[in-house]
Amino acid sequence: MRVTDKDVSYVADLANLELSEDERSRMVRDLNSILDYVDRLSELNTDNVEPMAQVSDRYGVDQAKQGTERFAYALREDILYGLRKSLPHEETLSNAPDPDENFFQVPKVIER
Amino acid sequence: MNLSSLTIDTARSAIQERKTTSMAMVESFYEKIEKEDGEIGAFLTLTRERAIEQADRIDRRAAEGKPLPPLGGVPVAVKDVMCTRGVRTTAGSKILGSFIPPYDCTAVARLESAGAVILGKLNCDEFAMGSSNENSAFRPVHNPRDKSRVPGGSSGGSAAAVAADMAVAALGSDTGGSIRQPAAFCGVVGLMPTYGRVSRYGLIAFASSLDHIGPLARTVKDAAIVLRTIAGRDPMDATSAEVPVPDYVAELEKPVRGIRIGVAKEYFGEGLDPEVKKAVEGSIQTLAKLGCEVIPLSLPHSKYAIPTYYLVATAEASSNLARFDGVRYGYRAKSAHTLSQMYRRSRDEGFGAEAKRRIMLGTYALSAGYYDAYYLKAQKVRTLLTRDFEEAFKTVDAIVTPTTPTAAFKLGEKVDDPLAMYLADIYTVTADLAGIPGISIPCGRTRENLPIGLQILGKHFDEATILRVAHAYEKAGVA
Repeated sequence: MRVTDKDVSYVADLANLELSEDERSRMVRDLNSILDYVDRLSELNTDNVEPMAQVSDRYGVDQAKQGTERFAYALREDILYGLRKSLPHEETLSNAPDPDENFFQVPKVIER
Repeated sequence: MNLSSLTIDTARSAIQERKTTSMAMVESFYEKIEKEDGEIGAFLTLTRERAIEQADRIDRRAAEGKPLPPLGGVPVAVKDVMCTRGVRTTAGSKILGSFIPPYDCTAVARLESAGAVILGKLNCDEFAMGSSNENSAFRPVHNPRDKSRVPGGSSGGSAAAVAADMAVAALGSDTGGSIRQPAAFCGVVGLMPTYGRVSRYGLIAFASSLDHIGPLARTVKDAAIVLRTIAGRDPMDATSAEVPVPDYVAELEKPVRGIRIGVAKEYFGEGLDPEVKKAVEGSIQTLAKLGCEVIPLSLPHSKYAIPTYYLVATAEASSNLARFDGVRYGYRAKSAHTLSQMYRRSRDEGFGAEAKRRIMLGTYALSAGYYDAYYLKAQKVRTLLTRDFEEAFKTVDAIVTPTTPTAAFKLGEKVDDPLAMYLADIYTVTADLAGIPGISIPCGRTRENLPIGLQILGKHFDEATILRVAHAYEKAGVA
């Protein structure tokens, strides 16, 4: 087994999840089964293959250009208000679970 | 009103010629939804007010004798992963159960500008993660063709709504097959455009390098009309490409004689249901009779597509879903006393099992010590998969495959086995990884009368060719 209880706890911590006991044991089982399947990628020698983070770098861009130059069409002048006006304060707070008049409120961060 | 025979053009013309009104049409659809959606579950939210306002605007225009826009008065619906101003948008998740977006998704806004009437928001797997629609936090969707079966996913509500005549067309999203697979299961047309062809502004992100918005419809022509409406550069989405948008509808009628169709042997191997295989092979013969040149080929890395996809997609998902923290919007757990507890419990209580599984897998694949072995490795294999297609498209114009290895499976059949569920996308994920367009069209039925889907994949930004082939096939009729 490549993924242990301890790994699941560590990764849950990184991902800001708590997970119940049941969820943890299920996660150990599922992650191991998926990673066993994923293992077939190691059959391939990829030493000289460039990683591909996105498609846009290959298509719909000027192939003669390099790097960010390829995406020149996506650039714009730096303007004060951007493409869309900022949302009004009230609207911004309207979906917040616990706003006051001006801010998003959260439980206290620092324990005394 | 016979809702099942409506297409975008017939609906629009009927309103334009004052044979009916958009309002009457909208009412008929709502009646149908009220009567039948209880057993199907395609809609999560109805947008009556917004629909009536738009229908009224269109009807007044028609009454004045003014020409209607391309979708003038036509009732459609959108998957609930696309933001709608003032209308609850959930992504099928409890964590967004009461989220009211302050702006509209570009694709939705473009549909409405073209006259479409939005009937409501459609059910889907949570954050578009799933292949059966059983991961919806609200309720599963039943396949209208056989209610004991799944409609596919994640755009299960979109496919079911179109199949059950509860909308003329719908928008879905496709990250690993989520438009094409449900289209195949429900017997409708589903089109995933090229990556960058349609703006994702206002689409709730799952995996940003793989997410696409596209149409589900009854006919290839309707899919072409919707694509023409929503495609094109949007300054609000930096990944939307500046590539000219052809008139897909005008291109449909061009002859298909001489088009070179590739058939990749990797899509006809182990795991493919014999009935699906037979139907797809029959379709290939039909295309040959229409004058297409059929060319056998190989896409050698295909068997690595699912593992590659589930590393890339989950890694991106773990990052995208980090924003749900109970602070600015979305669900917040009541019991927490510290900030860290609040984050954890809100996410624990707000996310469903599949979302958590993918967050965990993605976080693991990105974590120190595993990044190279999993995430980086998958990115490299993604290059190999893409090169397979680049190589193939040197000799063919389109590639034809089954959309799915089997027809629709039963509800509950795969819920306890995530890997078996992932394999439902085995023929669709490759196109998402390479960023090429793909369409699924009905190509027959199994003995149990379940729809079978034919997938046609095309070159980057060449939706016109796959639409043209699909249209010719549709006209020729299922052999």
